[in-house]
Amino acid sequence: MSEQEYYVPHGTYWPIIGSIGVSTLFVGFANQMHGVEWGASVMALGLAITVFMMFGWFGQVVNESTNGMYNKQVDRSFRWGMSWFIFSEVMFFAAFFGALFYARALSVPWLGGADNNIFTPDLWNAFSASWHQMAFLAPGTELQSGTTMSFPAVPEGLTIENATPADVVDPWGLPALNTALLLASGVTLTYAHHALRAGHRNQIIGWLVATIALGVAFLGFQIMEYSHAYADGLKMTTGIYGSTFYMLTGFHGFHVTVGAIMLTVILYRVQKGHFDADNHFGFEGVAWYWHFVDVVWLGLFVFVYWL
Amino acid sequence: MTTATASHDDHHHGPEKGLMRWVKTTNHKDIGSLYMWFAFIMLLIGGALAMGIRAELLAPGMQLMEPQFFNSLTTMHGLIMVFGAIMPAFVGLGNWLIPMMVGAPDMALPRMNNWSFWILPFAGGILLSTFFMEGGAPAFGWTFYAPLSTTFAPDSTDFFIFAVHLLGFSSIMGAINIIATVLNMRAPEMKLMDMPLFVWTWLITSFLLIGAMPVLAGAVTMMLTDRNFGTAFFDATGGGDPVMFQHIFWFFGHPEVYIMILPAFGVVSHIIPTFARKPLFGYSSMVYATASIAFLSYIVWAHHMFLTGMPVAGELYFMYATMLIAVPTGVKVFNWISTMWRGSMTFEAPMLWAVSFVFLFTIGGFSGLMLGIAPADIQYHDTYFVVAHFHYVLVTGALWSIIAATFYWLPKWTGKMYNEGLAKVHFWWAIISVNVLFFPQHFLGLAGMPRRIPDYSLQFADFNYISSIGGFAFGASFILLTYIIIDCVRNGKPAEARPWPSAKGLEWTLEPKAQYHSFNTPPSRKLIEQESQNS
Ligand code: HEM
Ligand SMILES: [Cu+2]
Repeated sequence: MSEQEYYVPHGTYWPIIGSIGVSTLFVGFANQMHGVEWGASVMALGLAITVFMMFGWFGQVVNESTNGMYNKQVDRSFRWGMSWFIFSEVMFFAAFFGALFYARALSVPWLGGADNNIFTPDLWNAFSASWHQMAFLAPGTELQSGTTMSFPAVPEGLTIENATPADVVDPWGLPALNTALLLASGVTLTYAHHALRAGHRNQIIGWLVATIALGVAFLGFQIMEYSHAYADGLKMTTGIYGSTFYMLTGFHGFHVTVGAIMLTVILYRVQKGHFDADNHFGFEGVAWYWHFVDVVWLGLFVFVYWL
Repeated sequence: MTTATASHDDHHHGPEKGLMRWVKTTNHKDIGSLYMWFAFIMLLIGGALAMGIRAELLAPGMQLMEPQFFNSLTTMHGLIMVFGAIMPAFVGLGNWLIPMMVGAPDMALPRMNNWSFWILPFAGGILLSTFFMEGGAPAFGWTFYAPLSTTFAPDSTDFFIFAVHLLGFSSIMGAINIIATVLNMRAPEMKLMDMPLFVWTWLITSFLLIGAMPVLAGAVTMMLTDRNFGTAFFDATGGGDPVMFQHIFWFFGHPEVYIMILPAFGVVSHIIPTFARKPLFGYSSMVYATASIAFLSYIVWAHHMFLTGMPVAGELYFMYATMLIAVPTGVKVFNWISTMWRGSMTFEAPMLWAVSFVFLFTIGGFSGLMLGIAPADIQYHDTYFVVAHFHYVLVTGALWSIIAATFYWLPKWTGKMYNEGLAKVHFWWAIISVNVLFFPQHFLGLAGMPRRIPDYSLQFADFNYISSIGGFAFGASFILLTYIIIDCVRNGKPAEARPWPSAKGLEWTLEPKAQYHSFNTPPSRKLIEQESQNS
């Protein structure tokens, strides 16, 4: 198909199936949170429909692509689409990083009476602001939201000025290992790309398997890390550090999971011989996504675990 | 020779038959129409809620409803108008017009385009269903500040959160599609500075959408976990801060208001030159002004928070940064007026709407400037003055441009002419009533009447009465608008390919009713130059 021909795909039912799936998922989720019995099953149904849609839709695109129906222009559209989608993800994470910075630099010190703001120490009697665990209320105090906090003991003399997250989770243990794993996975993925361009299928497969293995190892360690943190008393409900910690690492972990699944699909497609040296946007799009997830982790490592 | 190839069942470049055409369609015109009709229906629903608000405020004292329900009305009115009416209407216009204007056969990612539309009815349905839930619909205002939306909100709030997620997802996909279309489907001979201003403003708006909507998604996600999973983002007892919610919300919220006005700027920049019979004055300055407004819109958000607690340095910074936006905005207004200067103007319906846009939007801009002065805002904040401000920019700004665009391009969409006489009657009806509706709200605000309260003290009675009468009249004007549009679609006289003889733009080179796939062969350099606004 020549460069100058426009391509407009024919209609499909996948989008409407997707809308039904995602809406069912959300309605189920909301009901589940409100303690409605059927909530969870409706949620599962919605998830199943959504996954079905994704396989169906992407499968159709793959078929059309391997049948040679797409041209260079379609390829470029996909590239623009993927890169701006990743940018929107960056902004999503930025909201949570913003919350982290705001709480750390402003709201927690203010609660401790800094800057002579409207929050004076009188408001929170005998409160000393400490970053990592907000242990200023007696264990068992009710939060506004009705949940109870149970704080681990804070070491003597630890305040917002001198505490770092390292006092809670040692960044040079599992988190450093995980950083190494993800960085390595970025390298192996790049090797896979080089192999793809050189047309060595066995090498591609080898490097891809290595990348996926590194990703899965990362996830395994992350689960270990969570159970340590949880056992030490750091929970989503233990104030703002726990909130940002679990939300940021949780969304990141979710993205690693999705990335690993996508890489697995790519592995399957490589085996099927879907790509050649010039034509492999599917591979590249997933690679971009994987690198993005990598970079987010670096931000997490520095700001959530280390500094 | 280049041709558009559509696969399989689409060989004849015509629409499929039956209802499923609309469900499966990948055609930018079909999808544009779906968007426009959806937006119109939401506009009528949101308008009905506003009638409820004005009925309650017709006289002091409690008239018709419980205060909680009144608050639900203001909340849902705002949400439906912003996310259900104005934004989808602009995406609809973008869908219809951008491929035609850049000389493309269709949007770059047509199936995703279909999905961005078909999420909307589901999201809208979920949002509206909250009215029928136990505890009522959300009642915390369209800005859903914590802790009203976290600790003190009804259960339906979680449905609202998911609806916002879906709406945001739809907007992001729509924006990605427009960027890809403009950058990748543009006719090879068309340079960036050949692009019509509607295309430019939408391109820039897309960047605002992609930057801002995910932050909104983050905000509602934090709300969701604060409500249900015990996080403490907006809860001071856990070290979070309700004021942080406002920062995150307005980091989205201020770009959002420009998302709703930049495409409007584009529309007006098409209509005014056509009916002034002069080229647009200052094309490139329009482009640069749009870009700088977009940039500035990311760094002024806390002008909505002058009273919620900020260091003085913050107040000062946000005040001056806000003032700065007036400069590029002023450039635009100046250019529109200069375009009309000594033009041989006629006032067909689109032009009436466009000229009154310039006038009334500027009133809204001026009241915005007043609000942007931090010490003065201490007086104005959360009063009806703010309500008057944003209705001047959104109703007589954004909505006005949408109506103007509808009349201007309706002949191209339907191949038929609307009834000019009725359209003029409708215009005068709407513009008088809208001013009766919103202008007195300035006075109410300056006199101190708070917004979002169902009752008020006696000295506000007269202006509220006038405002409500204006409101009912304005509401009724949409019955006539509906009639005019349906009458045009069904009985309109055939239109010419270029119904406005001095109009420029590639869309006018198409058949009277634009063919199903706009440009099967990209337009030539010569044609592009002939139709360019930049000349
Ligand atoms: C000349 C440029 C503008 C300036 C300087 C400006 C300034 C402001 C300020 C300072 C406020 C906050 C008032 C308060 O709550 O006390 C405000 C509110 C608002 N503005 Fe503007 N504005 C401008 C243009 C616009 C435009 C173009 C739009 C939309 C198309 C818009 C929509 C709104 C809305 C919706 C609110 C109210 C938000 C709420 O519900 O609290 N403004 N504006
Ligand atoms: Cu603003």
